[in-house]
Amino acid sequence: MTSKISTYKRFSSTCFVIFALFFSLSLKLNASEPVEPSTDETGAVVSENPHDTKEHDPNAPVDIAAVAFEHILDSHSWHLWGDHSDAVAIPLPVIIYSNTKGLQFFSSSKFDHGAEYAGYILIDEEIIPVDPNETVYDFSITKNVAQLMLTAAILFLLFTSIARAYKNTGVTSAPKGKQSFFEPLITFVRDDIAKSNIGAKSDKYVPYLLTVFFLILLNNVLGLIPIGANLTGNIAFTLVLSVITLIVTNVNANKHYWHHIFAPPAPKALYPILVPLEIVGIFTKPFALMIRLFANITAGHIIVISLVGLIFVFKTLWISPVAVGFALFIDVLECLVALLQAYIFTLLTALFIGSASADHNEDGVHNDEDEKATAHH
Amino acid sequence: MNSLFISASLITPGIGLIFWTTVVFLLLLVLLGKYAWKPILNAIKTREDGITKALASAESALNDMRELKSNNEKILAEARNERDALIKEAREAKDAIINEAKSKAQKDADRILASAREQIINEKNAAVTELKNQVATLSIEIAEKILRSELSSDEKQKALVNNLMKDVNLN
Repeated sequence: MTSKISTYKRFSSTCFVIFALFFSLSLKLNASEPVEPSTDETGAVVSENPHDTKEHDPNAPVDIAAVAFEHILDSHSWHLWGDHSDAVAIPLPVIIYSNTKGLQFFSSSKFDHGAEYAGYILIDEEIIPVDPNETVYDFSITKNVAQLMLTAAILFLLFTSIARAYKNTGVTSAPKGKQSFFEPLITFVRDDIAKSNIGAKSDKYVPYLLTVFFLILLNNVLGLIPIGANLTGNIAFTLVLSVITLIVTNVNANKHYWHHIFAPPAPKALYPILVPLEIVGIFTKPFALMIRLFANITAGHIIVISLVGLIFVFKTLWISPVAVGFALFIDVLECLVALLQAYIFTLLTALFIGSASADHNEDGVHNDEDEKATAHH
Repeated sequence: MNSLFISASLITPGIGLIFWTTVVFLLLLVLLGKYAWKPILNAIKTREDGITKALASAESALNDMRELKSNNEKILAEARNERDALIKEAREAKDAIINEAKSKAQKDADRILASAREQIINEKNAAVTELKNQVATLSIEIAEKILRSELSSDEKQKALVNNLMKDVNLN
């Protein structure tokens, strides 16, 4: 059943991404043609910086794809509202490691309006050194990192306060307030995600699953808010989580799991094909986990922005009921997806851990029964 | 061209976010694990165990009560049976006593009656014998007196002889 869900989700998320990319690309084609001359004449640096285009032509078509990606991708400052020179944004700390200059810290506001600072320039949210011999590694507290830290702090404060409530009121009284809201979620993760997929040894993994679940859920929800960052729709974030899942799964895997990979129950002649496939299989599961969360969340955001962008593409207010209606529908759907994807990520993590560390006694019994059944027939 | 570049950056994980996610996530995992999940899960577990125990004890109390009730009923039924048996026994004893008394009374009565009857017969016989004796005495006395009066004169003797002779048929 879960595999069915996941296949369906994978399929739907793929469709969403394809649809969204097509949509945004076609929008881009429509929108970009009149802009082309201005970007050409101003050169690469200016064309990459949309702040200056406003002065050129206020009626110029809006590049919806650029706007969409601006919302989806990470940023070195936390943009709140406004456009171009009226933009209100919170500058965030830039931390870079350069092979020539070492570690450097400064505010992202130094890059405002395409300015060059300390030999670096910010192009498409990428810090590029002016000196071609220099390579930099960007460890900045970007919008995503800031939200990650913020949500981590929120989760820590929230759950320690809940833990305190248990300590204060004791366990004999009924849970109150936050406690009664989160307790069913916690027991759901513990019983229906961990215990039903991992079995007797599930207690060990419950803290990891709970942390993953609530961190993804909170960031999914914050991503839906216009000023929120698209952290769970960022492949770096999902990459780290799925790599941790990969490590947890394989470190706790039992003999049976490795036996199945290096000595699958098949003729020895097929081993040259099967063993590499099984080894690839170790990585495809967390890889799918990474892509699924990233693609689902990103696709949802692209659709919402594209639908709202219809108003600016068609340059008529009459399209707004359609655009707003559809955007609202997708937004409501995204609320469901936010919960669902947090659930699916946690569930599949538990499933992978469970299948790698399962006792397989049941499996043997099952096979015996099958054999008996076939013999009987 | 521009959008192709951005699309590529969409699926290229940035080293900065990878670094910070790893650091923040692991830190969060450790901190939450120690200060939140452990106490919360322990508290929930303790409460669940408490509830399970309370339910089990309630169940066992119910069972005890049920057992007690069935025991009570058993005892009551036993008592009732015993009472019935006692009553029955008493009734039988009573009947036996009555019957015995009756038969004894009957026997006594019969015996008394028989002895009375015997006594009566004896008395009667005695009376009859005495009466007979007296009658005999009286008869003798009467006969003597009659004889004396009848044979007091010659005429009367003659008349008697005649009378007697009349009755005698000599044929």
